[in-house]
Amino acid sequence: MSRRADFSAGAFAIAPVLAAAIPIALLFGTLSVAKGLSVAETSLMSMTVFAGALQFVAVDQWNDPVPVGLLAFTALVVNIRHVLMGASLGRSMGGFSGSHKYAAMFFLTDESWAFAEQRARKGALTPAFYFGSGVALWTVWNAASLTGALLGAGLGDPAAYGFDFAFSAVFIAILTGFWSNWRTGAVLLASGAVSALVKISLDGAWYILAGALAGIIVAAILHAENEHPEQTDGVMPS
Amino acid sequence: MSLDPQTVLAILAMAVATYLTRVAGLWLLALANVKGRTRAALDAVPPAVLMAVIAPTVFATGLAETIAAGITLLAAFRLPLLVAVAIGVASVVALRMLLG
Repeated sequence: MSRRADFSAGAFAIAPVLAAAIPIALLFGTLSVAKGLSVAETSLMSMTVFAGALQFVAVDQWNDPVPVGLLAFTALVVNIRHVLMGASLGRSMGGFSGSHKYAAMFFLTDESWAFAEQRARKGALTPAFYFGSGVALWTVWNAASLTGALLGAGLGDPAAYGFDFAFSAVFIAILTGFWSNWRTGAVLLASGAVSALVKISLDGAWYILAGALAGIIVAAILHAENEHPEQTDGVMPS
Repeated sequence: MSLDPQTVLAILAMAVATYLTRVAGLWLLALANVKGRTRAALDAVPPAVLMAVIAPTVFATGLAETIAAGITLLAAFRLPLLVAVAIGVASVVALRMLLG
């Protein structure tokens, strides 16, 4: 397949996600402006950060004065899943040059990552296919985010429309895709309980890290060696 | 079009931190073979983080938010993300009016 056709194939594969991303990005733009960021600042965030979940969390926590360190730290915590996704996808990037890999990782999102992994299972993942889906999503996300910011400037209190709850609703919906077994329930229980308790007792965004760590520790404790049978050949006696 | 220096600094700090999480996987891949307990812990990161983000709203804000979260969850199992979110937002507006 030609490079151009491969690029189009990538953009076409992610089309359903593009449709879903438009209203979400519109919502982000309106919420960001309602929270006090300018249209230019909102666009700058969508262009350079390009991470939906983090952008919603960050705007939710935006304050005066701007907590720069806390926001950067929140970015690390909320996006730490990228480390695993990148490690997994990196195994399928044999056709990428070094600089292609580093450029490709800028476009890494849950959605484009999923399509790239699917593509890699069917055959070779080419840079053209990957950038086709990544650039398409980036373009749509930014166009809709800018539109939302321009439209949203005239909107009043987001809580009056229930927009404040849309943050949580988006994450609840995404969360349903991560259920695998009863251990997931234990992870969610630990994370939810610790997060809510820390939020009540401490100011700031520390509840995210505290809750996440509680869930991760529970997952490590509950781990059974036969949970990933495809890997049993590599299990060492311990 | 206004750009506050402190806000721009915060956005760029988030951009750099986010990019680091995106490339760190490549570096990790070159160093280690993640499996076993470490892999289980890392697998739990997405649900643990998402739950930690929503828990205060869902469990410690009010009855309207808790019920709307339950409705959103049920909707999300059967419907596309956008529809589930729309139902969740509509429920919270209605419940806030009902419950005052």
